[in-house]
Amino acid sequence: MRARAPLVGLALALVLAAGAAAQARRVAEQQMHDVAAQLRCVVCQNLSVADSPSEMASQMRAIVRERLEAGEAPEQVVQYFVERYGEWILLSPRRHGFNLLVWVMPAVAVVVGFTLVGLVLVRWTRRGAAAGPVPPTPVDAAMRERIRREIEP
Amino acid sequence: MTPGLLRWLIPLSAVPVLALLAYGFRVNPRDIPSPLVGRPASAFALQTLEGAPLALEAQRGKVVVLNFWASWCYPACYEEAPVLERNWRAYRDRGVVVIGVDIQDKLEAAQKFTRDFGLSFPNARDTTGKVSVDYGVYGVPETFFIDRRGRIRAKHVGAVTDEAFRLNVEKLLSETTG
Amino acid sequence: MIPELGSAAAIVALALALWGAVAAATGARTGRPALVLSAQHAALGVFVLVTACFALLTYAFLTFDFSVRYVAINTNLGTPFYYRITGVWGALEGSIILWTWMLALYTLIVILRHRESAHELYPWVLTVMLSVMAFFLLVITVAAPPFARLTPVPADGRGLNPLLEDTGMITHPVALYLGFTGVTVPFAFALAALITGRVGDAWITLTRRWSIIAWYFLSLGLLIGGWWSYHVLGWGGYWAWDPVENAAFMPWLTATAFLHSVMVQERRRMLKLWNLWLVILTFGLTLFGTFLTRSGVIASVHAFTQGSIGVFFLSFLALVLLTALALLAWRWDALSAQGELDSVVSRESAFLLNNVLLIAAAFTVFFGTVFPLLSEAVRGVKVSVGAPFFNQVNVPLFLALIFLMGVGPLIAWRRASPDNLRRSFLWPVAVGVAAAALFSALGIRSTLAVLALALTVFVAATIAVDFSRATRARLRMGERLLPAMGGLLRRHNRRYGGFVVHLGILIVTLGVTGSQAWSVQTETTLRRGEAAELAGYRVRFDGLTATEESNHFKVAGAFTVSNGRVLSVLRPAKKFYPQEQSPIAGVDYRLGFGEDVYLVLGDFARDGSEATVKLQVNRLVSWIWIGGAVLTLGALLAILPDRRKPA
Repeated sequence: MRARAPLVGLALALVLAAGAAAQARRVAEQQMHDVAAQLRCVVCQNLSVADSPSEMASQMRAIVRERLEAGEAPEQVVQYFVERYGEWILLSPRRHGFNLLVWVMPAVAVVVGFTLVGLVLVRWTRRGAAAGPVPPTPVDAAMRERIRREIEP
Repeated sequence: MTPGLLRWLIPLSAVPVLALLAYGFRVNPRDIPSPLVGRPASAFALQTLEGAPLALEAQRGKVVVLNFWASWCYPACYEEAPVLERNWRAYRDRGVVVIGVDIQDKLEAAQKFTRDFGLSFPNARDTTGKVSVDYGVYGVPETFFIDRRGRIRAKHVGAVTDEAFRLNVEKLLSETTG
Repeated sequence: MIPELGSAAAIVALALALWGAVAAATGARTGRPALVLSAQHAALGVFVLVTACFALLTYAFLTFDFSVRYVAINTNLGTPFYYRITGVWGALEGSIILWTWMLALYTLIVILRHRESAHELYPWVLTVMLSVMAFFLLVITVAAPPFARLTPVPADGRGLNPLLEDTGMITHPVALYLGFTGVTVPFAFALAALITGRVGDAWITLTRRWSIIAWYFLSLGLLIGGWWSYHVLGWGGYWAWDPVENAAFMPWLTATAFLHSVMVQERRRMLKLWNLWLVILTFGLTLFGTFLTRSGVIASVHAFTQGSIGVFFLSFLALVLLTALALLAWRWDALSAQGELDSVVSRESAFLLNNVLLIAAAFTVFFGTVFPLLSEAVRGVKVSVGAPFFNQVNVPLFLALIFLMGVGPLIAWRRASPDNLRRSFLWPVAVGVAAAALFSALGIRSTLAVLALALTVFVAATIAVDFSRATRARLRMGERLLPAMGGLLRRHNRRYGGFVVHLGILIVTLGVTGSQAWSVQTETTLRRGEAAELAGYRVRFDGLTATEESNHFKVAGAFTVSNGRVLSVLRPAKKFYPQEQSPIAGVDYRLGFGEDVYLVLGDFARDGSEATVKLQVNRLVSWIWIGGAVLTLGALLAILPDRRKPA
């Protein structure tokens, strides 16, 4: 019994190590995927390096993997590509300077839209109140259905 | 602005958008300037198609014309191969070296290409793609002109012409290292 | 001979279209029905001639007439028969003929349906449609002649783009173009309304079904495009926010807004100016889409550009926008709002918010698509705007829209009383919140996914509430269950058609959420006999086979997929076409209700001893296609003839 304990302990350690290694591989793969998803595949037009099936993208993924394994931070790997290709290699424009415009405009559009709708609604309700009492709100589908049935031949 | 005139803002609002789209005709979306111009060229150590070592460091002191190509790149690479060979022969005794890097290609296709065009300058295959990424290559052909101190001074996208070659090389030759 | 006939047919068609447009306009202004009749005949003539053009081009394809440049570029002697037919519209010139043919077809149907019923508007509708056709015929005769000759005549052609050798080619452009060209009809009616000053509700009522049909084909075209991307392009995705994809998505967004806001005009006579502007915008966006695809101004995987054609399209877009918007400004006074409302909490508000969100989404997509151009114009720096941007910015808008999808149909017009709100929404909100709690408890970590799922449950619950209430009312009247439900659907087919379409959108949303949140992938190199594991599946590499097809060389890998028991053998391939620079990936997949197993072949060793494969398990993607089928049923239900009018 006692002779087996170290063997069991060894087996357990190996299993845990294998599990940890698999987990580490998954995490590393996920990191590579996250970096590659930010980069534009240069030969495909509009696909990310993570998604593209082309050979060039496959080689770029290998480079990303290598650099991450060598200890570089994800941001550093991205910067490596930006230094060589320019900003257009990023699928999402960096949020500074003029690029802020593209990030801000959608929010501006929504705010402007809501404001306009608000103004229109206020004007309509004011007109509605000035017009005096109105017939009661149409009732729900059930009553409507009943009325319809009753007036049908 | 009276309401009478305000309404004409509606058709006028289309004008800036149309103008922007018209501007698009003047630019080529595939023509991207390289951020590497003015920076030191990345070192590489490859093997020529014949198996000899080929390193950028060994060319320090010479003007280097680094050309990225592929055998499937038709017709541009096929147009510029004779241009490169011609100019290589003209300038090799003046301290200029032409290096070709073949990317995304198979060995037999590369050998056939160099054989067909009788290329006598060193050509290597970038099997891992690391060199082409290091130089920010996004298509073929692309040519880099590197000065005697190892700095990238110009990048030419598309097939190289005689004038482009001579213009860039003469400019770099006329500079003295110091 | 045949090519010359084709060119002649196009030129005569152009002349007829111009004559017809002028005749219809003059006939309307001077009150001479004979001229309008002549315009009708001209439209018929255009249809016959464009059909002939199409047929002659197809004939050239089928007989390998390489003296025609378009045929020589798009086929070779090895192109299979069916691709020689679908390839007719596979590139620029042929696609414009397809577009023009559809315009001519729509014009004929408009003539048949409306020549008796839309007296004042009808001649001007004809004018507009014939004018648009004249433009496209001008492009065919001058800018992109399909029958241009090639000398010397090559012995063999180049071949069809291999990505187009797929059933998607038969359906995707056809559906999408039916959508794009279909938008021309409501646009023509809108312009007719502006020109004649009849800016009331007539044009809205007449174009209701046209708008639904055009919207439906746009939806179908987008969905088939997604399917084609998924199973041909080899990246395992269905939407990349490519500029040309965006160009088709924008008119869909504004058309959806239009479908909803016309309901406000029909019921309450409000939003007249808005609706006219919206349909002009939608048509403008369809022209913008075709401009983007053909001008090369913005780089895209779809773009098939050529020479000066971009200038033609931009000029026409400018002409259309400036003319239509000027007409709108001219009729401003007749369009002043008379809107009245008793409460901000009402269906009108819900529809207005719906429109704001959809237009904001369209604006976002537009701005993101042209931003690279803007950045270069202003800063001289090229940037790119891709999927991460569009996803981040649009997802909140779409989630808000889904919420509105639940609120809009049930909230009352003019003023929603607290009673109305309670009876309609209490139960669905409770169910939605409970669903959110449940999904979080089940371990779903992504808040966006939980939110999307909970909102979907909420909207489904509102549909259930409405349908069950109405059914119960009928049951109380003595009807049996199935006839009650069927009768409801038939009698109120517009409303329930809309509900079914909303259901379809919900299912698509589930598919998108699932595939974005829970899909996994991995890429490995396997030796023969080795296996990779992912998400419970075991994929074993068995070897490579090489085959010679009629127009390409194919290397396929055999991969056995099992999850305990053997499921299937998938054969992703690499196809080598002589006219292409790099091989085309041929994916293979095993579709499932809950998840798809998806394989892409990468590099391989010449002797077949090892291969690199990308393995994906994509969750819920099939629901996107199922949602599309449900959407189809809803649209069909909505356009059925009305049963509520008195006999």
